[in-house]
Amino acid sequence: MQKEITLELKNITKTFGKTVANKNVNLTVRKGEILSLLGENGSGKTTLMNMISGIYYPDEGQIFINGEEVKIGSPENAYTYGIGMIHQHFKLVDIFTAAENIVLGVKDGTKFNIKDVNSRVEQIASKYGFNIDVKKQIYEMSVSEKQTVEIIKVLYRGADILILDEPTAVLTPQEIKKLFDVLRRMKEDGKSIIIITHKLNEVMEISDRVSILRKGEYIGTVNTCETSENELTEMMVGKKVELKITRTQTNFDKPLLEVRNLSVKGDDGSKKVNDVNFYIRGGEILGVAGVAGCGQKELCEAIAGLRKVDDGLIMHKGESIIGKPANEIIEMGISMSFIPEDRLGMGLAPNFSITDNMMLKTFRESKKFTVDGEKLKGQPKWKAFLLKSWCAVKNVAHMPFVDRKAARKRATELIKRLEIVTPSTETPIRRLSGGNVQKVLVGREIESNPNVIVTAYPVRGLDINSSYVIYDMLNEEKKKGTGILFIGEDLDVMMALCDKIMVLCHGKNMGIVHASKTTKEELGLMMTGALDLSDAKQKEYGKAKDSNLTDEQWLEKEQQEQQAKEERNDG
Amino acid sequence: MIMFLQNAIRCSAAFMFGCLGEIITEKSGHLNLGIPGIMCGGVAGGCLSCYLYMGAIPDYTQPSYILLLLIGIIGAVLSGVFLGSIYAFLTVTLKCNQNITGLALTIFGTGFTDIVMQLMDVTKRKQYFSIASTYIAKPLPFAQNLGWFGELFLSYGALVYLAIALCIATGIILKKTRVGLHLRAVGENPAAADAVGIKVDTYKYGSILTGSSVAAIGGFFYVMDLVQGLYNQYQPVEAVGWLAIALVIFTLWRPYLAIAGSVLFGALYTVSNFMDVSSQITNALISFIPYVVTVIVLLSVSVIGSKNVQPPSSLGLNYFREDR
Repeated sequence: MQKEITLELKNITKTFGKTVANKNVNLTVRKGEILSLLGENGSGKTTLMNMISGIYYPDEGQIFINGEEVKIGSPENAYTYGIGMIHQHFKLVDIFTAAENIVLGVKDGTKFNIKDVNSRVEQIASKYGFNIDVKKQIYEMSVSEKQTVEIIKVLYRGADILILDEPTAVLTPQEIKKLFDVLRRMKEDGKSIIIITHKLNEVMEISDRVSILRKGEYIGTVNTCETSENELTEMMVGKKVELKITRTQTNFDKPLLEVRNLSVKGDDGSKKVNDVNFYIRGGEILGVAGVAGCGQKELCEAIAGLRKVDDGLIMHKGESIIGKPANEIIEMGISMSFIPEDRLGMGLAPNFSITDNMMLKTFRESKKFTVDGEKLKGQPKWKAFLLKSWCAVKNVAHMPFVDRKAARKRATELIKRLEIVTPSTETPIRRLSGGNVQKVLVGREIESNPNVIVTAYPVRGLDINSSYVIYDMLNEEKKKGTGILFIGEDLDVMMALCDKIMVLCHGKNMGIVHASKTTKEELGLMMTGALDLSDAKQKEYGKAKDSNLTDEQWLEKEQQEQQAKEERNDG
Repeated sequence: MIMFLQNAIRCSAAFMFGCLGEIITEKSGHLNLGIPGIMCGGVAGGCLSCYLYMGAIPDYTQPSYILLLLIGIIGAVLSGVFLGSIYAFLTVTLKCNQNITGLALTIFGTGFTDIVMQLMDVTKRKQYFSIASTYIAKPLPFAQNLGWFGELFLSYGALVYLAIALCIATGIILKKTRVGLHLRAVGENPAAADAVGIKVDTYKYGSILTGSSVAAIGGFFYVMDLVQGLYNQYQPVEAVGWLAIALVIFTLWRPYLAIAGSVLFGALYTVSNFMDVSSQITNALISFIPYVVTVIVLLSVSVIGSKNVQPPSSLGLNYFREDR
């Protein structure tokens, strides 16, 4: 039975300057179905959806709604055609309440009265099974609540075609389940839903049909029940991809980073990391699992020297790094990359080019000149001396300047290796798509040749191909003997990639398990705090047997730290 | 004492107009540093229209109260709209830097005012304005009969009450109406407003022009009411304009607080006239107080750090729709 078509795109083309974002894209959406739009980063999914919702205007092609050709000139216009978009980066006014945000821009001719709005919003929420406090201000909300506001916002306007841009990228498994329930209820209600996502298991679970874009071009549409994850990947990437993470076996070295009794306070003054013990060896990947916001960020920042340590020790090769400024910690070879929930914030300057962003980390290095040994051979002594001193002079003279050429070379290498889609090394990174920006950040941290990598959510929102490139990079680093702290979301990935997994629950270490011996259920129980392995074992939990320091030295360090702390407090 | 309060309240109206104008503008996310210039422009527009009106009627000593007031206000508003539209065109349509545009506008506005004022015949101007100001500053008719209450609350010219009424009206509009909600959204997050179909540029133009007009009335009030029609130079008006901008921070972008804040600033501004000031230095120190108070408020606002007392989030930032 063919349901009627609500939205149809024919030969849509859109270019930005030299970049072709969409080329001859065709798409149909039917009433009461969920269509997945699949494609890698930079394949033009978001651009396409922005054209449907009136933010951009297509250069060529036609849009039909319920069989009639329309021109969608503005978001307001899109609403009149019943199209509502839930953006990947939420467009909400922080200091407004949920209800105020929802009613914003609505012109229904009725007298504006916030109480009526509140009750209408509650009505919609109960109809589709949302949980929402209409009087709560946005800045006090979690990501999932904000998303709920966005969805109700378009429903309030009576949208029949809903577009969700990567709605699950920032949600926990439970929140995703809730969202999908809501989506199914909307589908039964006769709404057409387009959902953009990279996660293939979600595509298989929720959608009726899948349309695939690759590098701006339309590849095809398949029925979900007639396809498989492997086929979809092939269509999306254009070649067969092995969907398997290999765990490289290495010989573990001595512990590189040892953390004992670490406590760190969060921004609000509450204890976010509570008495945590663990260690990372060279050539080991230690995964950190946990529900969002249970101390991962604070742990990262404490190790990177960006956050004050409340109590405990962090030892790098037997040397304390507490109280050291961030740049010294970087010089010791500890690198951190943290991909925040909204993926844009930390670590990169949006108006800088890739080259400039590479230099942000390496600005202390200037061009180094050395004398070629071959050249010196057979030269008289005075000439060799002159050549050497000239070289030294050149080095001194270049000290105030950064080495742009080297940075550009590194940028070019990075673009090639990670297949970053960008017009050039000099394009400001804010012009790149979200996933590409992320590749630059993670790539830069790995390029700086650290011996400890702390990386949080490095593949957040990345497509399959890029994710695997990043896993490969981490594995390669591991082979080199680097210790890696991998803070992740996807338990399947962590169980395949990591050697051990530490589970945090409200900042407390619930136990460290071998990835090959644990189960998803066990990890899940630990994440919610129902299972605490650290209690069952003895006091030495999370402390390496072959530590760099003897017990006496640890005690001494502890006392030193205590003293230093008191001195700081006195001063 | 009553004399002092009376003066403070009268003086506060000048601040109120300027401050309210800037609040309305800033609610749309535009920091208009041209307010001092626009207030000066209000002097030019308001005075010129009064001058022309009084020159046109047969007996300039007997103008119609209502007509004089209306024509003055309309003149001031027109010049405010003129200067405001320059600012709006440059910052909203052409996306120029708001700070620089505003500063340039202040310089332009003061010069423009001086030229316009010199167009008028000096002797006639003095005669006309001293009479016009007695009309415009005329207190409410029953003020004398009510003792200190009347003196304190009813003894001002119509423009003072207009200022207070505008503050209250703006407060209601911002808080209770759809237009107010939309305007605040534009100033907080224009991308969010745009995404739900609010015409961002229209709101920005509207708020800038309204704000400029209100501020311009402030300039007209300063010359015709506060200093009884004496116009020597633009500097005092410009100073009031700068203080009004500082006052916006002091009032935490709230129109109701603008009334209280203006009275306080008015008191601080006039206090030197009532104190036995022995030296230039003490005088300078006293006139320094409003600025110090503003700095203290700024500091405490950032220390408190609550989201509810912060400026509109996108204040000073121009909005580009296709920017990512």
